[in-house]
Amino acid sequence: MSKLPTPDKLIATIPAFPMEGWMDTKPDFKPGTWCYPAKVDNMKALGMPNPHEWSADQEDWNLPENWEEIIYEGLKARLAKHRSLKVFMDICVRCGACADKCHFFIGTGDPKNMPVLRAELLRSVYRRDFTTAGKLLGKLAGARKLDKDVIKEWFYYFYQCTECRRCSLFCPYGIDTAEITAIARELLHELGLGIHWIMEPVFNCNRTGNHLGIQPHAFKEIVEFLCEDIETVTGIKINPPFNEKGHEIVFITPSGDVFADPGIYTFMGYLMLFHEIGLDYTLSTYASEGGNFGSFTTFDMAKKLNAKMYAEAERLGSKWILGGECGHMWRVVHQYMDTFNGPTPPKMEVPRSPITGTVFKNAASTKMVHIAEFTADLIKHNKLRLDPSRNDHLTVTFHDSCNPARGMGLLEEPRYVLKNVCNNYVDMPENTIREQTFCCGGGSGLNTDEIMEIRMRGGLPRGNALRYVQQKHGVNTMACICAIDRATLPPLANYWAPGVTVYGTHELVANALVMRGEQKRTMDLRQEELPGMEDE
Amino acid sequence: MFISLLAVIALGCIAWLGAASGFQYLIGVVLPYAAVLVFIGGFVWRMVDWAKSPVPFRIPTTGGQQKSLDWIKPARLDSPFTTAGTVGRMLLEVLLFRSLFRNTSVEIQKGPRVVYYSAKWLWLFALLFHYCFLLIFIRHFRFFLEPVPFALTAIEFVDGIMQIGVPRMFMSDVLVVAALGFLLARRLFSEKVRYISLANDYFPLFLLLGLVGSGIWMRYFAKVDIAAVKVLTMGLVTMNPVLPEGIGAAFFIHIFLLSCLLAYFPFSKLMHMGGVFLSPTRNLPNNTRAVRHVNPWNPPKKYRTYAEYEDEFRELMEEAGLPVDKTSEEAAAAE
Repeated sequence: MSKLPTPDKLIATIPAFPMEGWMDTKPDFKPGTWCYPAKVDNMKALGMPNPHEWSADQEDWNLPENWEEIIYEGLKARLAKHRSLKVFMDICVRCGACADKCHFFIGTGDPKNMPVLRAELLRSVYRRDFTTAGKLLGKLAGARKLDKDVIKEWFYYFYQCTECRRCSLFCPYGIDTAEITAIARELLHELGLGIHWIMEPVFNCNRTGNHLGIQPHAFKEIVEFLCEDIETVTGIKINPPFNEKGHEIVFITPSGDVFADPGIYTFMGYLMLFHEIGLDYTLSTYASEGGNFGSFTTFDMAKKLNAKMYAEAERLGSKWILGGECGHMWRVVHQYMDTFNGPTPPKMEVPRSPITGTVFKNAASTKMVHIAEFTADLIKHNKLRLDPSRNDHLTVTFHDSCNPARGMGLLEEPRYVLKNVCNNYVDMPENTIREQTFCCGGGSGLNTDEIMEIRMRGGLPRGNALRYVQQKHGVNTMACICAIDRATLPPLANYWAPGVTVYGTHELVANALVMRGEQKRTMDLRQEELPGMEDE
Repeated sequence: MFISLLAVIALGCIAWLGAASGFQYLIGVVLPYAAVLVFIGGFVWRMVDWAKSPVPFRIPTTGGQQKSLDWIKPARLDSPFTTAGTVGRMLLEVLLFRSLFRNTSVEIQKGPRVVYYSAKWLWLFALLFHYCFLLIFIRHFRFFLEPVPFALTAIEFVDGIMQIGVPRMFMSDVLVVAALGFLLARRLFSEKVRYISLANDYFPLFLLLGLVGSGIWMRYFAKVDIAAVKVLTMGLVTMNPVLPEGIGAAFFIHIFLLSCLLAYFPFSKLMHMGGVFLSPTRNLPNNTRAVRHVNPWNPPKKYRTYAEYEDEFRELMEEAGLPVDKTSEEAAAAE
């Protein structure tokens, strides 16, 4: 990993616009700017086309012989399959409204990180191959010939887009760079170009049911270990069911919550909540992944990994699925799942909270409910005994994950939950939250450490907004509803707003949750002393 | 930029020379008919071509709270759940440029502080341009309708209410030039916009300036024979074209640039006029979990089944006390 500059130096090194036009500049594959290539074995095992050895810093990427034809045919096929792509290739007027909406542009100053130019990278090739004006007028009409440098440029910039859709919100025609990036990445995958940080989880998820490659017995062990920690904190022993048939609900959350700090505390939070309300649910080791790195690969791969959710609900005979805190998982569940793998298995039913009786009509077809919706409903109906003063040492703000914000509209539910479990809540400035939220810098499979500088640059707007409320309101806690956030925000906070700790929303819920038969809480879930509640 | 400017100047010169050297019928009658045909045909073709590609996924960009729990107020227009809401969102988008209204500009100040400013100038001038252009377009129906309807006269009265000059100065003429000037100035002086601008971004601006400019010139300065122009335009709409004498070159430049615009329109970015209606991030409701969206090319499901998974991990699962569908003995017996 290359050395990270200090925040001041990082900002000072944001360059001015280059003098040459964008078609005449090439990316510099210096360390820290590109992701490591996918392993050939993983690509082969998943049946990805043209698996081969290559690396972004090499001159020759060993592209398949007919690479030009692959791209041409690939683009043609996708234009015929996606109206979005076709319309977005044609109607951009280059008004520039999107330009400074991208966190990567703000943090790198690289003009090709302006969403409009990111799209032009593909559009220029489209014009040349698929429009008359482009064929006749060439560069004058914004068209250019596809060459190997273009492929390299695509790789560089389509892996500096986290598919956060912030630009799409501001575009007068709704041009969605996430759509363009997703399709450009599909084209790169056709050439055998993928990144390790995405393809390894995809391979794992296919085989073991989760991104981290946790095998069933180990999954159970880890969860039981977390249950021991819950017992230490609360005195209550929880025995969550695994792969059991006949439960009303299957609960699926990102595997990152089972595995990595601070996600594990969120996972403990879920288990405590379910125990307290006596939910009839089961965990699954086969469908032990809520996230979907397939969605950063191809639409088909997203579908393939997602298919396990309904398959498992059917096998276990569950009525509906409850989903944990995750960003891109919810983009897939909310906007793709039912289309990919529906209609739902016949025995599934419209989700109805067994505790409050609320019918989740908004999930009538997909039959999957977000835990923030579920918990907000519990709190609204006074079904939880909460002691928010246990979180009084925390001044909390909330990071809207891009996907639930702009691909779902889940804005109030988590805030309602947080305001009920924490007494001190402050929002970050309005241009950086809700539908205008900024990415953590590591979405869409870019949460890998070898591009830490790019991540910190992309994290500048989020980090700076956090620092603002830290200085102004004494915020020391950032809550989130995303497993990738729980992995990416701690280094971001450390870098841009040192002193702020990252929490999953349900960790804070569980801290405040008064459970029947619990011992006096003196520790939070991290087993740190709760100020004012120490043993006397 | 210069190429686009030169191209429009060249078009103007062609029209002027043509009008001066006996091609008046071509410019005043033949080309307008051809241009209208190309415009309509091209526009329809583009829309059909876009519409031929299916919409595999329902992917609205949500600009506000979803509809979920009854007691949480949804953003009915920015995150519409119903068809009515979606129509409302599209109307706001098309008529009031809702998304552009959100525009901000960002600046990194010392501290460091990332600061966001409201930036509505683009929205304002874009809206101004489009509505003035629409108004001017409507005003031109005076040349295609006989008698001139009262509504048109009323519009002209309001548009000229400042009562400056003879003939009355239309505010829309002034504003449309100002708006086009702003849009052009942005392209020239904003570093970001200049960097992304292509010849095909400047060309329509210059063409529109040429069109509007020639119109203003013939109305206020050259003062072409309006009665004669109306004879020609009425001839055009009644499919009975005539070419009256002595109309003046300014008119031929104007109508030639208009023909160019019409013919250029379907093959250019100006098609955003039609395309905006087909944008799947705007024209679909945010209700994908409630109402299933069907993908016409949805490929068959291919995934690793539970049975395959259990086959690989059966012994480990049994050892860990996890339930299995088939025990090791059953699996062995089946082989």
